[in-house]
Amino acid sequence: MKPVAFEYCRPETVFEAAGVLGQCREDAAVLAGGMTLGPMLNLRIMRPRVVIDVTRIRGLDLIDVRGDAVATGATLVQADAFRSDMLRREVPLLALALPWVGHFQTRNRGTLGGSVAHADPSAEIPLCLVVGDGAVVLRSKRRERRVRAREFFLGALTTARRPDELVVAIEWQRAAPDAGHAFEEIAQRHGDFAIAAAACQIRIDDSGRIAALALGLGGVENRPVAVETSGFLGRAADEDTTAEIAEHAVQSVVAMEDHVADARFRLALSRELIRRVMPRAIGDARLRRERLQ
Amino acid sequence: MSMLRLAPNARHRVELNVNGAARCGFAEPRLLLCDFLRHELQAYGVHVGCEHGVCGACTILVEGRAMRSCTQYAVQADGTHITTVEGLSGSGTLNPLQNAFLRHHALQCGFCTPGILISATHFLRENPHPREAEVRDMLSGHICRCTGYAAIVEAILDAASTIEQGAG
Repeated sequence: MKPVAFEYCRPETVFEAAGVLGQCREDAAVLAGGMTLGPMLNLRIMRPRVVIDVTRIRGLDLIDVRGDAVATGATLVQADAFRSDMLRREVPLLALALPWVGHFQTRNRGTLGGSVAHADPSAEIPLCLVVGDGAVVLRSKRRERRVRAREFFLGALTTARRPDELVVAIEWQRAAPDAGHAFEEIAQRHGDFAIAAAACQIRIDDSGRIAALALGLGGVENRPVAVETSGFLGRAADEDTTAEIAEHAVQSVVAMEDHVADARFRLALSRELIRRVMPRAIGDARLRRERLQ
Repeated sequence: MSMLRLAPNARHRVELNVNGAARCGFAEPRLLLCDFLRHELQAYGVHVGCEHGVCGACTILVEGRAMRSCTQYAVQADGTHITTVEGLSGSGTLNPLQNAFLRHHALQCGFCTPGILISATHFLRENPHPREAEVRDMLSGHICRCTGYAAIVEAILDAASTIEQGAG
């Protein structure tokens, strides 16, 4: 229950961090809030030679608008993200999901970037990023690159990040002012890992039809998945369509099995969650349209 | 400026403020903050339960925020301000929250209590008029094996109204 002995590095700039990560690569672990890495170190699931603490890099926790996107620095603490009026306005789905992330005590230290870099299949922040079609900004000593979230999460605890790359920011697409959102998950206890989670972002046109739809499931496959829903555009945003979309979603995913739930149970929860989040997101979208008119 | 690098298997000086006093001690990089507070600084009110961030017994305030001290390392806390349960009230006295725990029998063995008092302190500062559901949500970050939580919820709700009346 104590970690292996490691060297501790505390860079003050991204350049320094990328430098030491470039030297140590797989031998290094990047530490932000430590809400996941801490347990993994203490349980010796990870045995790094070097721990690179990025929490004191100045400016790595900022929120800034870049055109159509809002960028959140990798070390932005979850509780601070939740308090940000700008994020609440521009990325409402994230604001809805954050109360489901861990507990009050872990959100006070856990970061957005840490959750994304760790890529737990049931994590809420990666699910929101996939549904909102956001991106992850990676920096190595030599270059910076952006990877679409839908291509970043490859599997359980596995991402497209290379060993010499640091997650420096997350880019969230700014939501349309008339887009409605909803998020919900089912866990054994609130704050535990979700057995299944669903997130929805939807726009409705003047005649009550679906103009845009993004729907995602977390905790079901070994990574957060966006359900292909383009076939439902133009359909009435009603109960029948919701039921059809839920069926379609359940058909299109391959559910994991573990000690908590078998695949059938996960699919049953997914169907139920979609039937809960879609009407709420539709209601939210209608309300937003009314307010805009 | 050169980056701070601390060698493994060597003890490094850590200076921080604990409960209003400047303190210092020595820590290997892998020493958990909770173990440092207990064994180097004698803050035995920091209880160590699961050592992986689940049980909440080691919860402390760092810069005023409630968080686990078992999933961070002592060397990370250099230069920070920390409050442990020892710093919540003056010596030999109970603050309104602690008094409410006493009145409602909100503890039995007391192992989880320091962490819960710390969390509730931060929580009530952010949310002075909580609903019961919000208190339970905050408490979901702690494990208590004695009380069944009902008395703790009552104590925190009672403390909120006591603090509001300024009767503490």
